[in-house]
Amino acid sequence: MTNSLPPKDRVKIPRQEMPTEPPEVRQHDFHEVNLGLTTIQAHAEAARCLECRNPQCVSGCPVGVKIKEFVALVHDGDYLGAAAKIREDNVLPAVTGRVCPQEDQCEGACILGTRFSALGIGYLERFVADYERTSGKIGLPKRAPSTGQRVAIIGSGPAGLSAAGDLVTKGHDVVVFEALHEPGGVLIYGIPEFRLPKEIVRQEIDNLRAMGISFETNVVIGKTYTIDELLGEEGFDAVFIATGAGLPKFLGVPGEHLAGVYSANEFLTRVNLMHANQFPDYDEPVYDCRERVVAVVGAGNTAMDAVRTARRLGASKAMLLYRRSEAEMPARQEEIHHAREEGIEFVTLTAPLEFLGDEKGRLRAARCQRMELGEPDASGRRSPRPIPDSEYEIELDMAIIALGTGANPLVQRATPNLATNERGYIVADAETLETSRPGVFAGGDIVTGGATVILAMGAGRQAAGAIDAYLKSHPPRQDSPAS
Amino acid sequence: MFEIIDARWLAADVKRFEILAPRIAVKQQPGQFVIVRVHDHGERIPLTIAGSDPTSGTITLVVQGIGKTTRLLNSLEAGQAVLDVVGPLGNPSEIRKFGTVVVIGGGVGTAIAWPTARALHEAGNRVLSILGARTRSLIILEDELRAVSDTLFVTTDDGSYGQQGFVTTKLQELIDTEERLDHVLAIGPIPMMRSVADVTRPHGIPTTVSLNSIMVDGTGMCGGCRVLVGNQARFACVDGPEFDASEVDFDVLAQRNAMYRSAEQDALKRFEQSPARDLDRVEHACQLAARHPEVNP
Ligand SMILES: Cc1cc2nc3c(=O)[nH]c(=O)nc-3n(C[C@H](O)[C@H](O)[C@H](O)COP(=O)(O)OP(=O)(O)OC[C@H]3O[C@@H](n4cnc5c(N)ncnc54)[C@H](O)[C@@H]3O)c2cc1C
Ligand SMILES: Cc1cc2nc3c(=O)[nH]c(=O)nc-3n(C[C@H](O)[C@H](O)[C@H](O)COP(=O)(O)OP(=O)(O)OC[C@H]3O[C@@H](n4cnc5c(N)ncnc54)[C@H](O)[C@@H]3O)c2cc1C
Ligand code: SF4
Ligand code: SF4
Ligand code: FES
Repeated sequence: MTNSLPPKDRVKIPRQEMPTEPPEVRQHDFHEVNLGLTTIQAHAEAARCLECRNPQCVSGCPVGVKIKEFVALVHDGDYLGAAAKIREDNVLPAVTGRVCPQEDQCEGACILGTRFSALGIGYLERFVADYERTSGKIGLPKRAPSTGQRVAIIGSGPAGLSAAGDLVTKGHDVVVFEALHEPGGVLIYGIPEFRLPKEIVRQEIDNLRAMGISFETNVVIGKTYTIDELLGEEGFDAVFIATGAGLPKFLGVPGEHLAGVYSANEFLTRVNLMHANQFPDYDEPVYDCRERVVAVVGAGNTAMDAVRTARRLGASKAMLLYRRSEAEMPARQEEIHHAREEGIEFVTLTAPLEFLGDEKGRLRAARCQRMELGEPDASGRRSPRPIPDSEYEIELDMAIIALGTGANPLVQRATPNLATNERGYIVADAETLETSRPGVFAGGDIVTGGATVILAMGAGRQAAGAIDAYLKSHPPRQDSPAS
Repeated sequence: MFEIIDARWLAADVKRFEILAPRIAVKQQPGQFVIVRVHDHGERIPLTIAGSDPTSGTITLVVQGIGKTTRLLNSLEAGQAVLDVVGPLGNPSEIRKFGTVVVIGGGVGTAIAWPTARALHEAGNRVLSILGARTRSLIILEDELRAVSDTLFVTTDDGSYGQQGFVTTKLQELIDTEERLDHVLAIGPIPMMRSVADVTRPHGIPTTVSLNSIMVDGTGMCGGCRVLVGNQARFACVDGPEFDASEVDFDVLAQRNAMYRSAEQDALKRFEQSPARDLDRVEHACQLAARHPEVNP
């Protein structure tokens, strides 16, 4: 069955709206906000696709998902076929369907968007991935005969996972080393449950286990093993470094050490990885912000996640402090919209100068300065300028700094001759992602700096291709324990 | 999962564990620690590696039961297992020939100081150790510390054993009587480390302390362990845990460590009222063998 509607009728179908949990309810719990399209909606949305001969959408997707084809399969009702089609290019469709910034990627390039509204590609991707997940009939790719060669992957975020998936199907033995006790990277410790249920990430990781990948948690490379040991006595033939950009940035203003001031990483890790929202059933505590005032400094995805999490922990007032205006906020439109619905306050053109504490060293206020916008800066956004004599105090019980992250130097420090750039990120060849050390590859946030899930997955896939080629030209080691 | 091979009490609330963790055992250096999570609802807590045996693959932990997690841990016996042990984390202690070194251990800090004292002794230093406790029954590892010290002094607050007074009383005496002290290492409760720093600062004796800030990941990812050293924020897990005592802001450390006081008290109370809920979550090594036959029974 193909779509028999003429294009002029297709464009008349309105873009389907994502059903959501009502804001009054969801600001008190951690359930997923977006509920997913119904089958009827998915069919209607798929019917909107113009099936372009030269689909722009695909060039907007960093991994080139075959969007036109999978959407046609959705229209035909072949959801498992659609899921398998996506999996050819993307091993985590249930994740990307939820968290990709589609408006800047596939949907941003969709031709429908120029006169009507773009096709809901993310919604459809999520729809088929969820259908596949709940059907229990996941079409895992077949594994090529074993090559006897072993690859160590450092870090289990999207870059590591996608590289592992590709390498194992090519017949290599893959071990993923993860510092934390649970694999998934930012998908587990950073992005909250209400945007990305952890059950989904766990299932995807179970799929990878079923494909033969082994996960070794509680191993910190640079401490438990060095890269030289992996390539030496541990018997690996190649290494992929996918350690992400996990080093939290602070403002560097006075009072940042006060009790009640967090990095977004710590706050989100306590809640997501350690379940502090379920204290005392889980042991990890988080600073009590029930009926209190919480401010998050920043306006990216991480800031939105943190402020909405604080709201759900019971903050009476949860606000964002941002030094530019709303137009410059880097977070996704959907997140800004959802945050506003949940009663988050946006305090823009404001920058904290100092955190003030009480006699017990607990945060009580932030001294802030008002800003105005000047000329556009290097990023193209209008840069903030302080307004003289505009300082004022905001009373606060908790503050969370969400200004982005930098490169964690653990691996780099323990690896001689591994080239890094001036900001500490690992330097990798643009084509092969090989580092200055032969047989050692790197990709994802540890090379690019904080980016997106899909870009990290794209890097993982690119590295897997290059590592496979490298292994073909470097025959199996004689001493390899796997052979 | 990490099996407990041996567990024995050293003092009323202090227990010594040998835990099977072969990868860590071959790597551990004095001054490094592990992060432990007892069961799948547990928090992650840092514990110093008090020693290791690369042949048997075990590491030694000495745990003082002060709150819920450490009391839970101390209720475990050989044959049971802890879910997660990660390490060795942190920078090793600086071991070189200083000359005369004073090693001060207060309470469970003795367990943390002991491997470093041994390494300093082996590096040819003259090691003078001061072991302090509130009262006699709380003294741990006296023989172990004595074996790696040229001289060992014991002080108790109540005079029930050794010299009556604080470790700083003895330290001041040494400063007054010894020709020279080249280095001081002090590990123990925050007030003790602060007093040691106050005693050595006027004499310019280089002094190192090991900071026990609250940690989560132990890899530099969360920043929760930050301490002010020389007015700069440093992460105790990756930049430390040892720092120059004269530069540490102990007030900030104490205030940050008190951040979760009421939640911690709540958790401890619940645990003491119904320990079964937590003990049921702890893995037993024989279950482990049943589920993972690849692990030796
Ligand atoms: C709160 C938050 C929200 C975000 N929201 C979005 C979003 O909505 N959409 C989007 O596209 N992107 C989002 N991002 C960005 C995205 O998550 C990252 O770009 C992506 O996860 C990077 O993937 P990665 O595999 O490179 O690294 P990570 O996901 O960071 O994974 C790295 C892993 O390596 C482990 N590791 C680090 N060092 C070591 C070591 N020495 N030994 C062993 N293991 C180690 C870490 O513990 C971690 O598990 C968000 C990021 C954050 C923090
Ligand atoms: C590098 C380092 C090495 C340590 N080595 C040892 C050791 O060898 N033996 C030992 O008995 N203790 C050691 N500690 C202290 C030990 O980690 C704490 O006693 C333990 O975390 C308390 O947990 P609890 O649940 O039992 O008590 P809680 O009631 O939760 O806390 C009691 C106090 O312990 C501290 N604390 C709580 N949670 C943490 C945490 N996640 N990380 C660090 N401190 C915390 C706080 O000051 C708190 O007020 C070390 C700490 C650090 C930072
Ligand atoms: S992976 Fe992301 S960018 Fe690509 S099609 Fe799917 S939602 Fe769009
Ligand atoms: S650009 Fe839009 S309309 Fe065209 S094929 Fe892609 S999704 Fe369909
Ligand atoms: S414990 Fe998280 S950075 Fe040190």
